[in-house]
Amino acid sequence: MDLFLILRYCAPVGLAALGEVIHEKAGSINIGLEGMMLSGAFFAAWVSLATGNPWWGLAAGTLSALALMVLQCFFTIRLAIDQVVVGTATNLLALGLTGTLFRANFSKTALSNYPTLPKIGPLDPLLIVAIVLVPVVWWLLQRTKWGLAARATGEYPEAVVAAGFGVRKIRWQAAGLAGLLAGLAGSYLTLGFSGSFTENMTAGRGFVAIAMVTFGRWKPQWVFAGALLVGWLEALQFTLQSRSVQLPYQLMNALPYLAALAVLVIVGRGRGAPAALGIPWRRP
Amino acid sequence: MIKKIGGFLWITLGLVAILLLTFACLGIPVFRSAGLIAQGSFGTWNDFTRTLVKTTPLLLTALGVLVAWRAGMYNIGGEGQFVIGGLSGAAVAQFAPGLPPSLMLGAILLATVLGGALYAGLAGWLHVKRGVQVVVSTILLNFIALEVLDWAVRGPLQEKKKQLPLTDLLAEGARLPRFSSQNDLHAGVIVAGLAVVIVGIVLFRTAWGYRVRLTGSNPGAAQAAGLRPGRIQVQAMMVSGALCGLAGGIEYTGMTAQIGTDLAQNWGFLAIPAALLGMLHPLGAGLASLYFGALFAGSKNLEAFTKAGSTIVFVVQAVAVLGFVWLSRWSEERALRREAEA
Repeated sequence: MDLFLILRYCAPVGLAALGEVIHEKAGSINIGLEGMMLSGAFFAAWVSLATGNPWWGLAAGTLSALALMVLQCFFTIRLAIDQVVVGTATNLLALGLTGTLFRANFSKTALSNYPTLPKIGPLDPLLIVAIVLVPVVWWLLQRTKWGLAARATGEYPEAVVAAGFGVRKIRWQAAGLAGLLAGLAGSYLTLGFSGSFTENMTAGRGFVAIAMVTFGRWKPQWVFAGALLVGWLEALQFTLQSRSVQLPYQLMNALPYLAALAVLVIVGRGRGAPAALGIPWRRP
Repeated sequence: MIKKIGGFLWITLGLVAILLLTFACLGIPVFRSAGLIAQGSFGTWNDFTRTLVKTTPLLLTALGVLVAWRAGMYNIGGEGQFVIGGLSGAAVAQFAPGLPPSLMLGAILLATVLGGALYAGLAGWLHVKRGVQVVVSTILLNFIALEVLDWAVRGPLQEKKKQLPLTDLLAEGARLPRFSSQNDLHAGVIVAGLAVVIVGIVLFRTAWGYRVRLTGSNPGAAQAAGLRPGRIQVQAMMVSGALCGLAGGIEYTGMTAQIGTDLAQNWGFLAIPAALLGMLHPLGAGLASLYFGALFAGSKNLEAFTKAGSTIVFVVQAVAVLGFVWLSRWSEERALRREAEA
């Protein structure tokens, strides 16, 4: 099967999941990831259409996801409010804003015919970024001082305070990186992957990315392997169709979700999960 | 008590303010839109019945959400449970057509309750046995349920002519009774109202409800008290799924009488803010659902006259949840400061 096709399908989940590894290592879970990707996808397409330049689109999409992340972190980090509650609101906000702006400005079917990112050989630039990021994220978390502090923040925040770091500051920084990558992932959906925007087009990829982080035991290389598995399953439907294998297409659509669920069941309880994951930090 | 009523009043005022602000921010004419929504939701008795009919599925799923969340289980899979519930009911109608009409409606509703309960119970069981986070598993199960729905209405449950992606229309006798031919008001509205009372009694006046609340607020204490938190969490998930499945069943037997790919309408998703703004209390959830039900009924009107439509309700919900948690945290901190000063 075509490796590039698999990579193309893997990239949105892969980029978002690599960001989420950093985010979760520092102790927060980003339930709003889906919404951030959706927002990235919409604003990337819109600005690319408006300016005629896909790179401005990429910048706008990424910034919009980052803005949502800043809003989310104000609540989860600054106010220490439950991350699931706030993340759910983030998703609704993104779904509502993109839906309303889309319906108000475009026909109700699809936004398309805008410039997309150029290709370097068979690869999109963002595919290269995704591949390069795997060792970079590993290096950042395992070999830098910041990475050590971030990992400690996710395991035992009290120790980080004792060592003179700020727990909130590190979580803000980790969230910033995760928001950036969520935005890239979303922008890739409309600028590299499909060439059109439709309402709610992320279709659960943000949640699949969260599942892949658990599946990969918070290790960038394994998380990316999980994303490759999802990409392979998504690409599989075309291969099977061309070989005229008769399977209900709904089964093919559901495969990535079924696989994500299955790996979570097989991997089981969170060995390797950051001990303070999902617990809001309050100054003692 | 008076404090609680005051709280609700503030929330109501805040919700209206948020709606107007959202219009203003998105450049939609503020007062004209608000007027259109008010007219579409409360203008006449028939408009109000539309509000009630929209409130019903939202309220039942919101009750489902709050039972699970009270047990510390973040069930965001109401959507999937709604769909699987509805499909289970349609399966009864399809495969047991010989049932006498008087039993048919009961059998369908029972099936929807069971279908929803089992689907949510699966997520609960996976959480307890394999440590799969409910937040993630229920969302994945939503997407799987939507594919099952698409497959079922084009496959085994498709109508007799095999043309449209729909199930057969239910026989008149198997539908929920309606009160008038002028509007869609059906007996399911009463079921939703009763469910508020029953869930309230079960949560706050029974031993099981106490166990659920203890497990959610302090699993360690629940364990120390000799309870088995895992078991209670699975039970709470099943009750939650049962309510969401029932919502699907009532939408099916009361409104549409047949199931298509658009069965779910995001109710399971929208129920989460409704439950949160209702402070995870059945009465509060009832009021919040009524507000959002009115918004949906009114936004149909808005859709017809302006470019904005029902997606605006998502924005209002999100802003409302964020505003609500912000205010609660603020008043909590103020109380703490006062305590420290005293």
